[in-house]
Amino acid sequence: MSKTKAKAAARDAYGRTLVELGRKYRDIVVLGADLSSSTRINWFAEEFPERFFECGISEENLITVAAGLAACGKTPFASTFAVFETERAYNQIRQAIAYPNLNVRLVCTHSGVTVGPDGASHQTTFDIAIMRVLPNMTIIVPADAPETTAAVKAMVEHDGPIYMRLGRTSVRTFYDDDYSYNGVKQRFEIGKSVELRRGSDVAIICNGVMVAEAMDAAEILYSEGIDARVINMHTVKPIDEEAIIKAAVETGAIVTAEEHSIIGGLGGAVAEVLARKYPVPVEMVGVQDMFTESGEADELLKLYGLTSNEIASAARRAVERR
Amino acid sequence: MGDHSRQLIKDLEEKTRLFRREILEMTFKAGSGHPGGSLSAIDIITVLYYHQMRVDPANPQWADRDRFILSKGHVCPALYAVLAEVGFFPKEALWTLRRPGSILQGHPDMRLTPGVEMSTGSLGQGLSVACGMALAARIDEKDYTVYCMLGDGEVQEGNVWAGAMFAAHERLDNLIAILDRNQLQIEGFTEDVMALDPLADKWKAFGWDVLALEDGNDVSQVLTVLDKAVECQGKPKIIIANTIKGKGVSFMENRVEYHGRALSPDEMKRARQELEIPGFKVG
Repeated sequence: MSKTKAKAAARDAYGRTLVELGRKYRDIVVLGADLSSSTRINWFAEEFPERFFECGISEENLITVAAGLAACGKTPFASTFAVFETERAYNQIRQAIAYPNLNVRLVCTHSGVTVGPDGASHQTTFDIAIMRVLPNMTIIVPADAPETTAAVKAMVEHDGPIYMRLGRTSVRTFYDDDYSYNGVKQRFEIGKSVELRRGSDVAIICNGVMVAEAMDAAEILYSEGIDARVINMHTVKPIDEEAIIKAAVETGAIVTAEEHSIIGGLGGAVAEVLARKYPVPVEMVGVQDMFTESGEADELLKLYGLTSNEIASAARRAVERR
Repeated sequence: MGDHSRQLIKDLEEKTRLFRREILEMTFKAGSGHPGGSLSAIDIITVLYYHQMRVDPANPQWADRDRFILSKGHVCPALYAVLAEVGFFPKEALWTLRRPGSILQGHPDMRLTPGVEMSTGSLGQGLSVACGMALAARIDEKDYTVYCMLGDGEVQEGNVWAGAMFAAHERLDNLIAILDRNQLQIEGFTEDVMALDPLADKWKAFGWDVLALEDGNDVSQVLTVLDKAVECQGKPKIIIANTIKGKGVSFMENRVEYHGRALSPDEMKRARQELEIPGFKVG
């Protein structure tokens, strides 16, 4: 099993990093929709009140005001809960941000099922599917707090809109605080996946909270004589086709794992690449085609099969089908 | 503020006559488009670009320029006619409207068309975008003004009122909205489809300075009300402009069927007689 590390919330990392960047980059502005303390952008607001804008409980307003600021050369970070920002303001994101290719950073918290007890109205396992189809949109799903920090910093140099999906809860931190893994300092590059574990029998392609689960699954599989590769696909779009094809060629069996619907998310993106370029058996671990329900984060991850055991089972199936 | 010279008014009226003809010709050539609302809006857009706004067609990205957001993006033929004549792009482009490869899309595209400030066409979004631009001016301590034209049917969109609240909350007095009150939307009269009145009271209640424009197709009145709007301080401002859909072509005026279709060849013939311009050529 992976060593246990302190739990840290990605949103805390986001809030802290935003303040740090705000000191350095005058063009960064931040917008909220009455959930500024939940998303941790209130920390930016406290230090830079003149560059923070409260847009009220209107995601449509949040997105379109951000578009206007971006059209005048600002780099707006617009943050609220993932379900509301992506689904309530979808046409605004499409029309006013993706279409004109504006530099807005849609950084959303409380994504997936781990938002927990609030239930289906507040959970989203659809967001990546609907954001992924938008031309010009980049999509990032960091594994934990240290990777969130690295990802937010990487956004500064990026041209075009970005959707970044963060969770609410503190999850097991996978990387060290300085974004090292196994003593090696990592470098976050948008669009470039990271091979966390070598392996030649099956490749597990994952992101977000499922990275740690996938690493545990690889340990389980190793004890059974199955050597699993683990790839952290933190950028869902543009997807790292090269790494996917290489994994298919070298292992012949793929498993995807994500805290999202099995329709249209990371699994869909990987399957699209493989269908076109190098078809091999694919098994998808994710939420089925359903609305999810209330519960604590850990309970829900188990309930919907977002666990290392499920990933290991999927890997065995994929290997069998090879 | 002051009286505007007769010469200025005469020149502007001449321009609007040319633009009316161009709006009809370009949508006729395209075989589709929205001529009715373009004709109600054209006098206001003409005054904005020829008199009111600080723009430089040779430098469309000039940081200190005034901005115009056409939130009712479907009447872009009116905007295109003006932008071409002012010099943002060659006039020949008008005759490629809505064709593959054209810089003039069916609805405004800020990446393709010089002078277009925001990609619009999905109604209700332009006012909040204009708010964002007005905020940017404040942050950068620039003195440009942001103008935003809304359709009357358009204000049925909730996004408009979220933006209206926001503008008042932020006291964006560098923002001037203009509501093209032509009384018609696709399905008929706004008051039958989804009643809007009392419009002025609504905007006042939302914290805006409201200016009435009795005849938004009279350039002299448009000039005067814009002078007044610039003077108001401390609040966002909206001009509610009474206009006539299809204005300038007798058989189109106040007729909903010209909202979203080009003229037929017969209708175009009649319109050309009404808007005769010596030496006018398409292409």
